[in-house]
Amino acid sequence: MSSQITRRRFNAALAGAGLAAALAPFGIVRAQARKVRIGVILPRSGYLGFLGQSCQKGADLAPAVIKDMLGVDIELMNADFESNVDTARTRAERLIQEGANVLIGAFDSGASAAIAQVAEQRGIPFVVNIAAAPQITEQGYKFTVRNFPTSVDLVRNGLALIGDLFQATNTAPRSAVFMHVNDTFGQANAKAIAALMPRLTQLPFKIVETIAYDPAAKDLTVEVSKAKATNADFLLNVCRVQDSIILRREMVKQRWQPMGIIGPGNPGMYEEQYYKALGKLSEYSISNVPWYHPKADITRAVEKQFLKQNPKDKPMYHALNVGFTFESILIIADAFKRAKTADPKALNDAIHQTDIKNRMMLGGPIKFNAKGQVEGIASACIQNLNLRPTVVLPANAAEAKPVFPVPGYKKA
Amino acid sequence: MTWDLVANVAIAGVLTGLVYGLMALGLSVIFGVVRVVNFAHGEMMTIAMYATVALFAAWRIDPFLAVVPVAAAFFVFGYLLQARLINPFVTRPEHSQFILLLAVAIIITNALMVSFGPDARNVQVDYQLESYAIGPILFDKARLYAAGMALAASAALFAFFRFSLTGKAIRACADNYLGAKVVGLDVKRYYALTFGLGAACVAVAGCMMILLVDVTPILGPAYTLLAFVIVIVGGLGSMGGALLGGVLIGLSEALAGLFIQPSAKSMISFGLLILVLLFRPQGLLGKKA
Repeated sequence: MSSQITRRRFNAALAGAGLAAALAPFGIVRAQARKVRIGVILPRSGYLGFLGQSCQKGADLAPAVIKDMLGVDIELMNADFESNVDTARTRAERLIQEGANVLIGAFDSGASAAIAQVAEQRGIPFVVNIAAAPQITEQGYKFTVRNFPTSVDLVRNGLALIGDLFQATNTAPRSAVFMHVNDTFGQANAKAIAALMPRLTQLPFKIVETIAYDPAAKDLTVEVSKAKATNADFLLNVCRVQDSIILRREMVKQRWQPMGIIGPGNPGMYEEQYYKALGKLSEYSISNVPWYHPKADITRAVEKQFLKQNPKDKPMYHALNVGFTFESILIIADAFKRAKTADPKALNDAIHQTDIKNRMMLGGPIKFNAKGQVEGIASACIQNLNLRPTVVLPANAAEAKPVFPVPGYKKA
Repeated sequence: MTWDLVANVAIAGVLTGLVYGLMALGLSVIFGVVRVVNFAHGEMMTIAMYATVALFAAWRIDPFLAVVPVAAAFFVFGYLLQARLINPFVTRPEHSQFILLLAVAIIITNALMVSFGPDARNVQVDYQLESYAIGPILFDKARLYAAGMALAASAALFAFFRFSLTGKAIRACADNYLGAKVVGLDVKRYYALTFGLGAACVAVAGCMMILLVDVTPILGPAYTLLAFVIVIVGGLGSMGGALLGGVLIGLSEALAGLFIQPSAKSMISFGLLILVLLFRPQGLLGKKA
């Protein structure tokens, strides 16, 4: 067989290539109309690894649940940013190059801010699943929206619930030591607390000392020694998972037993890893965080799919992470259905017009304001009771009564 | 600020520093004799930590008992690593040695990530959350025992190099490579033996470190860097210097966390490093080149 390329063959090949090139855009449009490609950027390794994996469970179950709900096909393109902000930026770039129509992520405020910049430059919509730093929706970005409270809202809700907790337990602690991680999320929370505390005169306590620490810290001996030395009545703690475990152990080692540990709007102490690592020492820790509506139909559908995909796991340990990640994908699917195209600009316009009333998380409808922020997301007071996160406030949603002050760790 | 707070923090810093010192001792021994800078040092300690976790999970072997099999396995691993992989590089330019050991470090980190996943792991021994109290001063049991083991292992290593014939032969190889060859010492074998001892040393440190911190696959680089800081402060190649450097870094980090800001701890150890490099480049107990 001759391998020589003749003029005729060359022309035929050229014509074929030209035809294919001319038809390619139509092919893309057809493909886009059938499904939306979502780039999911999460910290599945590194010090946020457990939380990223927890969020990933919410993303993984979304296509099946949403197909049943809306009849929309979703293709997930997953990327791990390794708990590193710079890596988050490069992963976002790569996902866009590989054809993602829209991005979601990134659990972490620093990483979300970096991805938002990329999304803005490339004109690709970015739906923040979990990240509280206010600046993410304060930069005037056109392509970034967030279905998660800002740290100010988180802390405002969290502090209000602390007041409710004291009222419900008939206690009035006078002092708190405030410990917080010094990453973007922790700093944003610290600023919010500093701004809100002077105005919340109904709260009986004062913050006697603030101690910032590295979220990737391997040892918190000094930090806990300082906190213990304040003799504060309780510990107000803005933490992540791994550091909250180290902190709790160190408290026991140093025989420090305050009235309780309260997270005013942060992850960590209701996560599965906290229970697994600490066992009974995890008991009674309190987190005031956005939570899912246990009786909503959509929650049942999500829980059913969760158990199908993770038969050995329990949805309640991933409630916040799964709920908000699922809702991010729901927002995109809903917008895609209305826009009838996966063109990023049309999709972005549709996302901004979102009005989802039937949602999984507690609070008002998913509706973005002019800055791309959902308002009115509620928090619940979650206490670790019998090795599981239990709603103890508000009273109308409570599964048990709050315990405060908490019993000593030896009795736990 | 009360005296008992300062004392508690200082004691914790010194005890942690002793374990740091043992870890750095391995690096110092290897460099002092073989003249190869082990860029995979922290990663090797991470393997030892995982080995301890695995032994505890499988047979509830206490980290203090795990020291024996883990250190023995590391001695063999270190010996073979030097004999089979590093020896050919001993006479090559330093940058080839650096790249070789960096490659080993990256392979270890990724292999651990694949094998164990990204989650933090630890051991939960009975005494881990307990402490001794003398008045207001608390001695964390795990930290105290770990520091004791670090001192014992260091003393054994000192004694080996000072009193045993093999130790003396290794020192001869370190002092005069050519002279050692002339008198008939098998220098390459002694190098491998030294690397094995350094690896065993880091294995003991790893078994103790798991009582103090949780292990993740990405822990290695931070401890490699810390080991470098310690041996440079103490004096590269000086065994006593490594222990002193460890205690100084542990103590200064703890006190910096107390008096300045906990998040400024690393800043202080690196500040100390710069001061030593400026005013005593050979390190506190190091000899001038």
